[in-house]
Amino acid sequence: MITATNLTKIFKDRKRRKSGFRGLVSFGGRSRQGDVRAVDDISFTCKPGAIYALLGANGAGKTTTLRMLATILTPTSGTAQVAGHDIVRAPEQVRRSVGFLSTATALYGRLTAREMVEYFGRLNGMDSGTLRRRVGELFDLLDVGEFADRKCDKLSTGQKQKVSIARTLIHDPPVIMLDEPTLGLDVRAARTIVEFIRDCRKRGKTVVFSTHVMSEVEKLADMVGIIHGGKLLAEGTVEELRHRSGSHDLEDVFIDLLDASEGRTAAEASR
Amino acid sequence: MNRQIWTIYRKEMHETLRDRRTLMSMIVVPMLVIPGLMFGLAELGMKLVKRAVSERATIMVLGEQHAPVLAARLRAHPLLDIVPPRSDYERRIADKEIRAAIEFPPQFESALQGEPPDAKLAVRISYHEGEIRSEHTLRTIEGLLTGYKNEVIAQRLIAHGLSPQALEPFAREERNVAPAERVSGAALGGFIPYIIIILTLTGAMYPAIDLTAGEKERGTIETILASPVSRGALAGGKFLTVLTTAMATALLSLLSLTLSARFTSSGGSEMQPFALNLSAQGVIAMLIIMMPVAVLFSGALLAIALTAKSYKEAQSYVTPLMMVVIMPAVAAMLPGVELNTLLALIPILNVSLVSKELVAGIYDWPVIAVIFSSSCVYAGIALAIAVAFFRRESVLFRT
Repeated sequence: MITATNLTKIFKDRKRRKSGFRGLVSFGGRSRQGDVRAVDDISFTCKPGAIYALLGANGAGKTTTLRMLATILTPTSGTAQVAGHDIVRAPEQVRRSVGFLSTATALYGRLTAREMVEYFGRLNGMDSGTLRRRVGELFDLLDVGEFADRKCDKLSTGQKQKVSIARTLIHDPPVIMLDEPTLGLDVRAARTIVEFIRDCRKRGKTVVFSTHVMSEVEKLADMVGIIHGGKLLAEGTVEELRHRSGSHDLEDVFIDLLDASEGRTAAEASR
Repeated sequence: MNRQIWTIYRKEMHETLRDRRTLMSMIVVPMLVIPGLMFGLAELGMKLVKRAVSERATIMVLGEQHAPVLAARLRAHPLLDIVPPRSDYERRIADKEIRAAIEFPPQFESALQGEPPDAKLAVRISYHEGEIRSEHTLRTIEGLLTGYKNEVIAQRLIAHGLSPQALEPFAREERNVAPAERVSGAALGGFIPYIIIILTLTGAMYPAIDLTAGEKERGTIETILASPVSRGALAGGKFLTVLTTAMATALLSLLSLTLSARFTSSGGSEMQPFALNLSAQGVIAMLIIMMPVAVLFSGALLAIALTAKSYKEAQSYVTPLMMVVIMPAVAAMLPGVELNTLLALIPILNVSLVSKELVAGIYDWPVIAVIFSSSCVYAGIALAIAVAFFRRESVLFRT
């Protein structure tokens, strides 16, 4: 279960402030000159056994939102409950309950696949017995066996993906967060991820993932949040969103919302 | 927390020992480069000097007919070859065709016998300054001239009814009473701490960059930050890893220095200026005094490298630090720079200076205590900054 309440993140950018930078409306709103509101007052709920998709263009605030939920970044204001823990007050408990995966979460190249997954198990406080059993299970499930003792540097992209999934699941977290998990992957590796996400839902986990790919959302999401300029523009099931805008194509829904939002911002600015 | 630090430390050490660059700077450099550089170069220099000294030198004698006795002695000298005089001898010396030329004034030897002696008589020796073989030839010729001069003086004294001993009323005897380790302390004392300090820094450099900017570059920083590990534990584990390699480098370089010193000091008396008498006590004291310095280096390197986004960027940030460290380490090698209360507070320079004394077998405990504690303060500051940086989003996710 994830409940985000008024999550906000403002990045201070000294360089921009110095040069009196203005503009770049698409990248978050601005408060003080030069400060960037990457995430602006976002609230939403993800339920166990369901997949929540954060849909948005590049720079919309998806990564920042997920990083805050995973306690990699601290929110400027607002907070969230993740698996019953507060992300601001108990970040370490939150991280114990979360499996976080993104294209930016690489593997340690000089460790073998097994060492890599065991390391994260130990960091989660697992004892050797449990750890060994769990690694065995996951490696069987993901077919890691044949390259389990090869160094991560030597693995193919698909193999790396499987090791990353094992790393994400090693402590059997109730919440899974994925930041653009298929970005830059080939078809086969992307499919592994899609299946992994479905499997997590089947196991009753709370899943939230970010993407800018409409087809992934249509395939997977039980709930969609459309995020733009750091704000959550719309929320609902794919069907609800289609119905609301009277369009069959999710892409049209998305573009309409963006246009409406930008029109609003432009109107606000001209006032 | 402690368990997390230990888990991180074990993994980082594991990975560091699989990194070729770190192994190079940690093991290969101290174990091979020091002895090679120090004693190989010293021996090479020694050989070159020896060869220059024993080499036969070609010289020209101008006005030979005016100094038949000296000319005969020059010709009889085993290390001198006389070639026929030419007027362009200066160019030939400059071109290193001949090593030197000696020119006697007209009627030189007969004028010496005359009464009263002609005060204006001068023998001119032309040589090539800065050219070791030419300078050595100059000294050979000077030796011959001095011998002849003493004979002339003795003759004149006798002619005036004086004993030649009148010029030497007493004898003089020189004896070195400084203990062997102090002699080597003066010769090499400044050099050893310098090498150890620099190697400790370079030993810590690669792992420090690899563990911070390297993680950012390879994209593993987000992976580790998403794990339940606390930022403090992360900093702690990484710091201990860098400290371990720094201390290992210091230890290995001291070991290799001691061993190669043993090896060369048994090599013969001409290696004496490079021989090294390190007491076990001195080595241990030096290691202890190096510990806070290693902490200082590890903390500073981690903090600096963490602000970089890539390996390359980190390297360019760290290079100035290298200069900052080399300066005081070199300053300690300068003759006449001795420890005082003020210098005991200057980081690196103080350790460099006290190590010079330790090598020489001098143990000034109050000063050692001051240096150790001030080094600990600097080390603590560097470590605190490193840990603080690990807690800052703007450093971890610099864009």
